[in-house]
Amino acid sequence: MSTTGPLRRSSGEGRLFPFLTGAAAVLVPCLVAGIALVLWRESLLSIREFGFAFWRTSIWDPVAGQFGALPFIWGTLYSSLLALLLSAPVALGIAIFLSDLSPHALRQPLIFLTELLAAIPSIVYGLWGIFVLVPLVRRLEIATPAWLKGVPLFEGPPLGVGLLAASLVLAVMMVPFTASVAREILKAVPSAQREGAYALGATRWEAIRMALFYGRTGIIGAVMLGLGRALGETMAVTMLIGNNPRISLSLFAPQYTMAAVIANEFTEAADPLYLDALVEIGLVLFLITVAINALSRVLVWRVGRERTVRAGRPVPAAAV
Amino acid sequence: MSWNRLRRKVVSGAVVAFCAAAVVLALIPLGFILFFVIGHGLPALNAAFFTQMPKPVGEPGGGMANAIAGTLILIGLAAGIAVPIGIVSGIYVSEYRKTSLASAVRFSADILNGVPSIVIGLFAYTTAVLPFQRFSAIAGGLALGIMMIPLIVRMTEELLNLVPPTLRDGALALGATRARAVFTVILPAALPGILTGVLVALARIAGETAPLLFTAFNNRFWSTRLDQPIASLTVQVYTYAISPYDDWHRQAWAGATVLIGAILTFSLLARAMTRRLERMHRP
Amino acid sequence: MTAVKIETRAKPRVPGRDEAKAEEPMILIEDLTLHYGDKPALKGISMQVPKNRVTAFIGPSGCGKTTLLRCLNRMNDLVDGVRITGRILVAGRDVYHGSMDVTELRKRVGMVFQKSNPFPKSIYDNVAYGPRILGTRSRAALDQAVERSLGSAALWDEVKDRLHESALRLSGGQQQRLCIARALAVEPEVLLMDEPCSALDPIATAKIEELMDELKSRYTIVVVTHNMQQAARASDVTGFLLMGELVEFGETPKIFTTPGDRRTEDYITGRFG
Repeated sequence: MSTTGPLRRSSGEGRLFPFLTGAAAVLVPCLVAGIALVLWRESLLSIREFGFAFWRTSIWDPVAGQFGALPFIWGTLYSSLLALLLSAPVALGIAIFLSDLSPHALRQPLIFLTELLAAIPSIVYGLWGIFVLVPLVRRLEIATPAWLKGVPLFEGPPLGVGLLAASLVLAVMMVPFTASVAREILKAVPSAQREGAYALGATRWEAIRMALFYGRTGIIGAVMLGLGRALGETMAVTMLIGNNPRISLSLFAPQYTMAAVIANEFTEAADPLYLDALVEIGLVLFLITVAINALSRVLVWRVGRERTVRAGRPVPAAAV
Repeated sequence: MSWNRLRRKVVSGAVVAFCAAAVVLALIPLGFILFFVIGHGLPALNAAFFTQMPKPVGEPGGGMANAIAGTLILIGLAAGIAVPIGIVSGIYVSEYRKTSLASAVRFSADILNGVPSIVIGLFAYTTAVLPFQRFSAIAGGLALGIMMIPLIVRMTEELLNLVPPTLRDGALALGATRARAVFTVILPAALPGILTGVLVALARIAGETAPLLFTAFNNRFWSTRLDQPIASLTVQVYTYAISPYDDWHRQAWAGATVLIGAILTFSLLARAMTRRLERMHRP
Repeated sequence: MTAVKIETRAKPRVPGRDEAKAEEPMILIEDLTLHYGDKPALKGISMQVPKNRVTAFIGPSGCGKTTLLRCLNRMNDLVDGVRITGRILVAGRDVYHGSMDVTELRKRVGMVFQKSNPFPKSIYDNVAYGPRILGTRSRAALDQAVERSLGSAALWDEVKDRLHESALRLSGGQQQRLCIARALAVEPEVLLMDEPCSALDPIATAKIEELMDELKSRYTIVVVTHNMQQAARASDVTGFLLMGELVEFGETPKIFTTPGDRRTEDYITGRFG
């Protein structure tokens, strides 16, 4: 244990206290390392069998013993990036409204409502998605004019379930999260920056733009955090995306994501190779989300915030 | 007004309008969801829902009593794992905040927070299901507990840091050891906030489904045994939602309503408690 | 009345200077009252700020001098719950009238803050910010404006070779002069300065006071200061505020040597801080 600074032992301090509390604390990084290790070990069969071809092959046929995970990467990235495109502007708009534009009386209620949106469980989004969103999307798909249907982006039968439905729900789920982190960033921008802009004759937007510029790395971090969350989202996606392991550009086509395939097929997987293949998908999902969260953490902290950042889950209401 | 000034004003007004629209846009799905879930769920909530077990496949009726009990047991297990570890770790990170271990813990907590819940389920499966060759409530509790740990650690650290240094100085000046100061003065001061945060974290994980899919699995019967698969509200709702039976759909809405109701209650409670605490500490 | 030993700089007699006194004031304040919610912060203030001079507001902490300053460019609009009655006329136009465009007002009435607040951009981009939002696009015109403003702020020689470096690398005094240059770049008529030297060392302070003296031939300057010696040195006209009221207002030498009000004298002689 380091003996610099606050750990310099005075006569009133035992060894036991830092040791015991430290022992509990060290469990946290050990857990993260442990998860990585366990995932690695349990996917060895699949890694040894397929190597990197696992991620280039697009045939996923457990019955025939063929495991190619490309469709899952495709589906995960496509749905998450589309959701990002849809949610980021809305989330930023909300953040700006709450930090700069909202009348004082509205602020707290709106923040509460945003937190409420974030607190709705994934399964409830999925449930609502199946019975409300999917029929709506199906109607939209049916209403697509014939000439548009020729475009690869819109081809396919109007099933309702598919990439579009999943992306829409993902976007709704990402918004409150990105908005709350972005709002914290904007709050941390010194008011002197905005005042400086106003004093030069800036309009409302121009002053806000200066604050956005000041906090730009943090805001990018906030958006990345939202992306990280979308990548790992399971229930709502698997209920709405159609769970079909094929690579398709079409928004209407049923597709599959990494999280969804694990959720769906893990309990059915009988042979060790199948299981290990699924775990390997979990391992890569783990690595991707860790990388994104680590990067976004660095970005968000660069704005000089002392406050903690919850990577992946909205801030519990009590932790002020 | 010059052309340039007019243009700037219009752009500024448009941005303001866009931001307000964004807020409305976000509130629409919220209202939509709440309206639908509660609208369908409330009528389906009856005494049977809370007291009966699920009926066999295809038969109408029955309830989710076992699932509700299961969820309560699971979050109890999770709390049992996460609260001690989380609070003690939080104490370490707050007391020894400049050490490299503290930085490592903070970093790992944020990373752990961002790990998808399905991956945590995989980890819990490997460590708590495989060795015993069976699904169990403990495995589910472990998965949920792992998810809770980072929340508790960070929150404890923040709340301990918020305790005014004068309290600590007072205790130390009276001859207390560091440990004693923490456990008798600082921690109690932060405790109400910590408890509130634990409640909120519990509400959060009570809504999780993915990590339970292959740890606690599911159970059609009443079971409170920790070494057997156990039902949970979330997994039950999921199972019913993707089934082809209307009656099960009805019950899924009911289950979702209970979930949302519980989370809403917890959030409001936590908010009220936080506000009361803030008022107490204000000079 | 005791003679107060505060040095006032001997001002050269400029022919026609006293005739200038009869000119239209740059800023006319009539019975200005401001409330933050229920609390009154300014009570019935009336004064005439002369053109092309340095006017100082002095007074103890909390007397309202910064609040008064911020009324002049309507920066108080940014605070929730502010109520204002009375009139402020800048160059003859009512600042709070419905037809007044706030962004235009702030172009004509510039402000420098207590703590310098350069934007996290280059020196060039900081100074060019104002002209850019006003529509100047041409590189040549911007270059000219930047050089002119930095020159007026006595900063050009020090930074001309590193215009594209980050403004945050400058020293405190340089940053403040940069903020002055930034404010001057939009060619205001009035420059408001809110305790501009309070965060600066004596050398940097002296530079800025020198600047104020140079600038007043082209701009009207209003400066808030808690440093009485500075007010005595650098201003032509001084207003003493106490608890939201304007106690006394007049030529600086007179205020500091023969104040008319007992309270002014007490403040100046240091009976209260």
